[in-house]
Amino acid sequence: METVLIAILCLLLLGMIAAVTARMPIGRVLTYGGCLIVCLVILGTGLTSIAGPIQRLTLPLGLPGSGTHLRLDALASFFLVLTGLGGAGASLFAIGYGRHEEEPARVLPFYPVFLAGMNLVILADDAFTFLFAWELMSISSWALVMAQHREDGNAHAAFVYMLMAAFSGMTLLLAFGLLAGPSGNYAFDAIRAVSPSNGLASAALLLALIGTGAKAGLVPLHVWLPLAHPAAPSHVSALMSGVMTKIAIYGFVRIVFDLLPTPPWWFATIVLVLGGITAVLGVLHAMLERDMKRLLAFSTVENIGIVFVALGLALAFKANAFTTGVTLALTGAFFHALNHTVFKSLLFFGAGAVLNATGHRDLERLGGLIHRMPRTAVAVLVGCIAISALPPLNGFASEWLIFQAILLRPELPQWGPKLALPVDGALLALAAALAAACFVRAFGIAFLGRPRSPAAEQARETDIWSQAAMLIFAGLCLLGGILPGVVIDFLAPVLQALSGARIAPQVSDAWLTVAPITASRSSYNGLLVFLFISGSAVLTVAVIHRFASSGLRRAPPWDCGFPDPNPATQYTAASFDQPIRRVYGAVVFRTREKVDMPSPGDTRAASIAKTSHDTIWELAYAPIARLILAVATVLNLMQHLTIRRYLGFVFAALVILLVSLTLWQ
Amino acid sequence: MHGLSFDIAHMLAGALVLVSFMMLYQVRLYALLNVLALHALVLSLSVAWQAHIQGSPHLYVTAAIALGFKAILVPWALRRMVFRMGVHREIEAVVSVGLTMLAGMALVALSLEVMLPVTAKADPIAREDIALALSVVLIGLLMMVTRRNAVSQVVGFMSLENGINLAATGARGMPLVVEISIAFSILIAFIVIGIFLFRIRERFDTVDVGALDKFRGGQG
Repeated sequence: METVLIAILCLLLLGMIAAVTARMPIGRVLTYGGCLIVCLVILGTGLTSIAGPIQRLTLPLGLPGSGTHLRLDALASFFLVLTGLGGAGASLFAIGYGRHEEEPARVLPFYPVFLAGMNLVILADDAFTFLFAWELMSISSWALVMAQHREDGNAHAAFVYMLMAAFSGMTLLLAFGLLAGPSGNYAFDAIRAVSPSNGLASAALLLALIGTGAKAGLVPLHVWLPLAHPAAPSHVSALMSGVMTKIAIYGFVRIVFDLLPTPPWWFATIVLVLGGITAVLGVLHAMLERDMKRLLAFSTVENIGIVFVALGLALAFKANAFTTGVTLALTGAFFHALNHTVFKSLLFFGAGAVLNATGHRDLERLGGLIHRMPRTAVAVLVGCIAISALPPLNGFASEWLIFQAILLRPELPQWGPKLALPVDGALLALAAALAAACFVRAFGIAFLGRPRSPAAEQARETDIWSQAAMLIFAGLCLLGGILPGVVIDFLAPVLQALSGARIAPQVSDAWLTVAPITASRSSYNGLLVFLFISGSAVLTVAVIHRFASSGLRRAPPWDCGFPDPNPATQYTAASFDQPIRRVYGAVVFRTREKVDMPSPGDTRAASIAKTSHDTIWELAYAPIARLILAVATVLNLMQHLTIRRYLGFVFAALVILLVSLTLWQ
Repeated sequence: MHGLSFDIAHMLAGALVLVSFMMLYQVRLYALLNVLALHALVLSLSVAWQAHIQGSPHLYVTAAIALGFKAILVPWALRRMVFRMGVHREIEAVVSVGLTMLAGMALVALSLEVMLPVTAKADPIAREDIALALSVVLIGLLMMVTRRNAVSQVVGFMSLENGINLAATGARGMPLVVEISIAFSILIAFIVIGIFLFRIRERFDTVDVGALDKFRGGQG
């Protein structure tokens, strides 16, 4: 507890030091190196304290009379592991990556503060501290989004982010206000002790879902995420996508599972439905995206949807007091959150490395990077396989757990979860398949084939620090996939605290088999799958080399065995996503294609134009923006009246109020 | 005795409303300033009478402040200002006098209608005073709205403040410090407005606020 607190103070101190040293060459190494060490300390504390007793601390700071309450329990410890891991990885990556930063003074001072804010949210044990840390996290990350403010769209992204962050903070403020009750005690212990009335609890639940959902990127509150996450420098993108969204999930779990009594089933239905929609919509957007970092941000939306489906499952089971289901679904949710931190950070590191090497984020300008950046390519490939939920990596293990929870299919008495459960199963399956397609496309277009631009042709392998960060995280992806039992056992204290039960110990099983319910029902052995896959892959490669590569091939003469050297003849990202766009886009994004084919003999070029709409933006946000603009235009007239008219307004208002008072009596 | 003291208090408050009405139809600035002095004089009499019947000597201080500042100092200063700016011959009216008077009567009716039921349980003297004070405030506001000349607007503001003073003294137990601070804030407001009047005059050669609006691009 004290260790983490000191770590947070060290981070704030590092931020101040960075403000001074940012322009010196030593500043970058000092800041990121310091953050790396502090994050490792936080990681270590989280790992050790998860099974330990609950620790509390009250500091005489903050609101007068109440102080700052801090608490470190199993749930907080687990999320400290997430922030520690993500923060350490991003800092290690940034030691090398930060060299390319044009204006380090805009990044370095805020980076440690951002980390400190996230860790403080986890430790907070009263609403005031929680909201303070929440806002600290939002503001410092906003400053980081604004770091490259001269690039197109970044200022707009930061503005939208600021609006949504303020909205999220406001709804959480209202939620805590409702929970604190008439006595106004904002300590979480007091909130736990009060049992609010049904209406109050429902309102608080919805507000908490909106507030944390807006931060996590739940559809339809996700609009800021694909704008803001890519706008920040890549290591900050990794933190925002990999860690900050998890802090939002932590907030949701803390309020809904810990502070409030068991929520009603309709709330579980809402979470399930929103989670399913988020997963599919996020991955569809990602599939059609050309910008590498935006693609990753949309994929974050998808993974948030998966985690929320698992949380919704846990809520539905909890409403029916079905403890086995609750533990299984929550384990899946936490495991997936951990995995997402690892592979999304890894992929953002990869995107950052590619961006530095080529200067491009657009997939259509990359290609062939596997030959120029082999280590980055291997690491990104591992991340892509993991995020596509393919065995034997960690993404498969966690999604498999969530599917197991869906497939439990107990007889739920309420129609809501009963209907939502199979639909969500189908949506998750669809999302997983689309994610695989999306990352085959992303990896294939960026790293395989031939370079599509001169910059991609001259790319160089990234620096040693960045490589180390990526390869370590790739190793973690593999470890998490081979040893899911270790992670499941590690999560047991969290579940014990939240649901009062745990999944049977897994590590002692033979050959590291995982059987979350019973071995007769379902089991998964990551190690055997890994050995089988690597064995068969080696065999296939050997066979190909033996019989195909060295075999006799016939090719047309004089073209060096290469039919057409122009890279434009390759399969492009747009051609890869065309089938998906035609099947889903026509409905979801109202995509239209218009082919302009000149008649024979006509010499002008043929063209194809495609249009698509961001349906959610147009349905939900554009009307609000238009309304505000219209009201502001009308009110703008009020800004230019004469003094006598203003006086007249005051006079008229006074008289009207007095008259209405008289009439009302 | 109670009857008589009540009647006198009532009469003085009523006289204040009457003087407010007199302000409404003054079109020459000097005459307006004279009426303002009269307004403050009636106020100070009313406050002094309140001090007598409530037996609270600090209200005499309030009455003296009203007499000294509002009945003598402020009208004298305004008169000097008007003379130095050379606007003492100006005649101004925006809305016709008859209409303004009718509006003023409606306002008095309104304030009585509002205040009498609300303060049904209060002390009868305070009750009448507050109702009449509200009408003085409303008429002061009416004057500020209908006049174009900045000096007349200042006069309207001063009479409005007199109404507030009347209400404050009618209620028992108003601390002296509040009275004094109100008096000082009015004085400071007066100084600030006076400075602004000269600035406006310097720039636009007039104290008609319509000139300000024209400068800002409005229609005046």
